[in-house]
Amino acid sequence: MTEAIIFYLFSTVAVVSALMMISVRNPVRAAFYLVLSFFASAIIWLLLQAEFLAIVLVLVYVGAVMVLFLFVVMMLDLNIVEKESGFTRYFPIGIMLAAITFFSIYYVLGQKESGMDVFQSQPLSTAASHVEGYSNTKELGKLLYSEYVYAFEIAAMLLLVAIVAAISLTYRRRPKTRHQNPDLQVSARHEDRIRIVKIPVEERK
Amino acid sequence: MGGMTRFFKSLFLVELLKGMRLTGRYLFSKKITVQYPEEKTPQSHRFRGKHALRRYANGEERCIACKLCEAVCPALAITIESEQRDDGSRRTTRYDIDLSKCIFCGFCEESCPVDSIVETREYEYHGETREDLLMTKEKLLAMGDKYEEEIAADRAKDAIYR
Amino acid sequence: MLDLLYSLTSFLPESLQTIIIILVKIAVLLIPLLLGVAYLTYAERKIIGYMQVRIGPNRVGPRGWLQPIADAVKLMFKEIVIPNFANKFLFLLAPVLSIGTALAAWAVVPFNAELVLADVNAGLLYILAMTSVGVYGVIIAGWASNSKYAMLSALRASAQIVSYEIAMGFALVGVLMASRSLNLGDIVIGQSGGIYHWYLLPLFPLFVVYFISGVAETNRAPFDVAEGESEIVAGFHVEYSGMAFSIFFLAEYANMILISMLASLMFLGGWLSPFEGIEIIQNSSLAFIGTASIGWLLAKAAFLLLLFLWFRATFPRYRYDQIMRLGWKVFIPITIVWIFVIGLMYYWQIGPWFTH
Repeated sequence: MTEAIIFYLFSTVAVVSALMMISVRNPVRAAFYLVLSFFASAIIWLLLQAEFLAIVLVLVYVGAVMVLFLFVVMMLDLNIVEKESGFTRYFPIGIMLAAITFFSIYYVLGQKESGMDVFQSQPLSTAASHVEGYSNTKELGKLLYSEYVYAFEIAAMLLLVAIVAAISLTYRRRPKTRHQNPDLQVSARHEDRIRIVKIPVEERK
Repeated sequence: MGGMTRFFKSLFLVELLKGMRLTGRYLFSKKITVQYPEEKTPQSHRFRGKHALRRYANGEERCIACKLCEAVCPALAITIESEQRDDGSRRTTRYDIDLSKCIFCGFCEESCPVDSIVETREYEYHGETREDLLMTKEKLLAMGDKYEEEIAADRAKDAIYR
Repeated sequence: MLDLLYSLTSFLPESLQTIIIILVKIAVLLIPLLLGVAYLTYAERKIIGYMQVRIGPNRVGPRGWLQPIADAVKLMFKEIVIPNFANKFLFLLAPVLSIGTALAAWAVVPFNAELVLADVNAGLLYILAMTSVGVYGVIIAGWASNSKYAMLSALRASAQIVSYEIAMGFALVGVLMASRSLNLGDIVIGQSGGIYHWYLLPLFPLFVVYFISGVAETNRAPFDVAEGESEIVAGFHVEYSGMAFSIFFLAEYANMILISMLASLMFLGGWLSPFEGIEIIQNSSLAFIGTASIGWLLAKAAFLLLLFLWFRATFPRYRYDQIMRLGWKVFIPITIVWIFVIGLMYYWQIGPWFTH
């Protein structure tokens, strides 16, 4: 009963904030709504006793990704978007994309044999009942490093390549800039900077 | 010092620990705070505080309204008006020092040919209105009467340097 | 104590009773914490004063003991000024977010084997998540203030916090590897058996990295560029006054205490005694210093807090690019190397720590 109330409360929050995120005109506020939506989804995951996923969602998406988003949005000083600009033009494409996403999710999740038949009516309280001492983190780790180890490692490699590529694409050494090298600064010794010369005193003629 | 020692020195935060040792030592050192209202730091006899106008021993005011102080004052804090007194001597009718303008440089004192305007050691004063901080001739003379002994002693002490 | 509470509230329905008892527990945790925060500000002023050969506050009450109370009363009665064109809702939300996350993280901090508000399995992750959400207080405060200074400072502070979060997370990975648990209570129990069983020894570089990152994460000196007085006034909370300002202050100090508490739990054996297992002490009248108690945890945390203050009295402020360099180019490589070393130590089953 309580779980159902919490579920409906936070799923409403998630859906409403997602809608607000795409309809609100100020980009910073849109980002804040997205954060709220992430939070609500994290709580829904907690209801399913997937505490690892929930916390990681908060940690990674809310704590890191959205901060960077906000950074960009705040620094670029974007203007408030005109309402309806190109709304009708992009509407069919949007609908098409949404439909494709929906059906692909349905195709993967909606099938009974996958064991994740979320569309089947099922009492929420029994959806996630685990034995005592069950650790979501441990189970996930076991799966990731046994059954899905190749997929996991490939994903990790892809991310690493992406990081290296992103850095090498944006990295440029501007020849004319003067920048400090703290290492050299710290290692400076007085012998390198100043030379003490002994000059013999000349006799006055 | 080789690169290797430098590397390890910075890796193990040697310099930072040295700094912390220093501040750690000061944590236990004797404190030098002066608890102001109860304790006061010693004052020099040249201390430049609130102003005063002095009198001669016979009660005649020293100021002859030469206006040198008014001229020299860098903050334009002094205003003087003068008139001939009944006995024919030249005296001020008005001598104002605006303490809110004064920078306590002591030039007025230096410029005075008759040692009339002086700065006393008084520094604990306040004013709740602007007028409180405007030293009129009466207030200045009263200050002089009050501190004459101290002023005279301080001038005598300083005389050998002049 | 708890039984008394249960009997007092027995006339209520069960769900309400649970809620009341949880609230009472939270209050019991928070009131000493907030008092601790208040007196930490006093300790800071006193200790830094002493290091600068001054004596610090000594006027309010005997030896200045009532100073934090006076400060609190002063701040409470000041007006909260909301700047023109500021986003009022977000402006007032920001301090709440700051203090909320700073206090929420305390839910999983154990004080001894039984004394913990919520014994969460993934406690370590929860704390990491809470501290990273704390950035929002800073960002929102900076953005909602409608002020250039606040904005710049918020960008600086949040970039710094996010960067050091990574080094901090890696340091925690080392702890996780050593203890094989994300539960803070289990991490402490894994260190039982005397001072050389603590993770301080095998994970010493991680301890240093964790603690310094903690200093950077709370925007304390020498990493306090977010409030560089000479450039950007007071930082992201320039526009705040009165209680709204003091809530940011409370959050900063609560975070300091949290970081010290966590470092002592994860690296210094928490509530365990350093003299555990030494027979001479156990058999003498000094047996109490050989037994685990909450006093040890508080003493360790207090020592780490002293370090926070000591740093502030000693080090000049870092330059911003050097802060970033330290975080990304020094700390992260050190932690990664040490995680690898921990792996090797596991492989060879070294010492009393890795013989599972």
